[in-house]
Amino acid sequence: MTSVDSVVKVGIAEMGIVKSPQLIRTCGLGSCVGVVIYDTSTKIAGMVHIMLPDSSLTRQSPFNEDKYADTGILHLVENLFLKGIKSYSMKAKIAGGAQMFQFSSSGTDMMRIGPRNVEAVKEKLAALHIPLISEDCGGNNGRTIEFNPENGKLMIKTVNKGVCYI
Amino acid sequence: MNNEDKLNELDLLKELGNIGAGNAATALSQLLNKEIHMNVPLAKIVSFNEMMDLMGGSDRPVAAVFLRMEGELSGSLFFVLSLDDATKLINQLIPEKKISVEELPSHELGLSALQELGNIISAHYLTALSECIGLAVTPSVPQVTIDMVGAIVVTGLLEISQVSDHSIFIDTELTETTDNQIEKTKGHFFLIPYPDSFEKILAALGEK
Repeated sequence: MTSVDSVVKVGIAEMGIVKSPQLIRTCGLGSCVGVVIYDTSTKIAGMVHIMLPDSSLTRQSPFNEDKYADTGILHLVENLFLKGIKSYSMKAKIAGGAQMFQFSSSGTDMMRIGPRNVEAVKEKLAALHIPLISEDCGGNNGRTIEFNPENGKLMIKTVNKGVCYI
Repeated sequence: MNNEDKLNELDLLKELGNIGAGNAATALSQLLNKEIHMNVPLAKIVSFNEMMDLMGGSDRPVAAVFLRMEGELSGSLFFVLSLDDATKLINQLIPEKKISVEELPSHELGLSALQELGNIISAHYLTALSECIGLAVTPSVPQVTIDMVGAIVVTGLLEISQVSDHSIFIDTELTETTDNQIEKTKGHFFLIPYPDSFEKILAALGEK
């Protein structure tokens, strides 16, 4: 059994890294995407909570690189390198990217941000040659996710559909 | 801008929240034929993650009505209720259909009643706000959903997130006075103005 205090929480537009037996969790993903990159041999895993697809959208300087898919994933990978993880042993699992509301009129691009986030995350993972093992994306519901680096399982909890593992 | 100016600005926003909420509370009182009050709202500049904590944790399940302010001001307005309170409110609005908390997520009529309620009180909130600052604000069609509060509210933070990691957060608590004087929370209004609108509000208030 793992105790409660061994769960590392990742907030919105934040990143974290854990080593088994620690777990890593992010809560209330809506249009945001939770990206887990892990290594099964060292049992080290990192997670980043992506809010927006592309850092070229930013009007901030300096900006929080963990907020965007392109810079956030790169930042996570760089930090995993520092832990000694080799790029060829990295694997990824992702969840989130829902469309929480459907606005028919005055629908700005921001309302479609969930699918765009998922697309941007996949592009970045492909560009870095990190295989995407499984995903639970889209739909119109929120998700809380928790990754266990011990067995490589990603738990997904929703309000109406209960718990599942990918 | 020094800290004192910042505090004064937040006081102005708090006052604005008071006016809007006062109107919304009156509308809700009339609808439910009960005495509904609002307490002094909180106006604060908070980080996104602090905001989630203020709402009781980002994975807390809630019923929320969301609409956007359009016109001379833009921003997001959320009316958020616990699932228990949402169920109670719906049962007061349509007493002939007794619904349970478990039925709530799939109860179309109930959710539609909640959406209409959100629509009415949000319109009152925005009308008061619009009159007070002399800028035209119209509400979008409201959407209702039951889900984790963080997943819902992030929708209102997307515009701001491109320019900042912080947002202005104007919280208003609605409470109900019962016979034995115990006040029970009925819900929260969260107003999240977009960055350029914040400046417009302050300019409009400054001219008064």
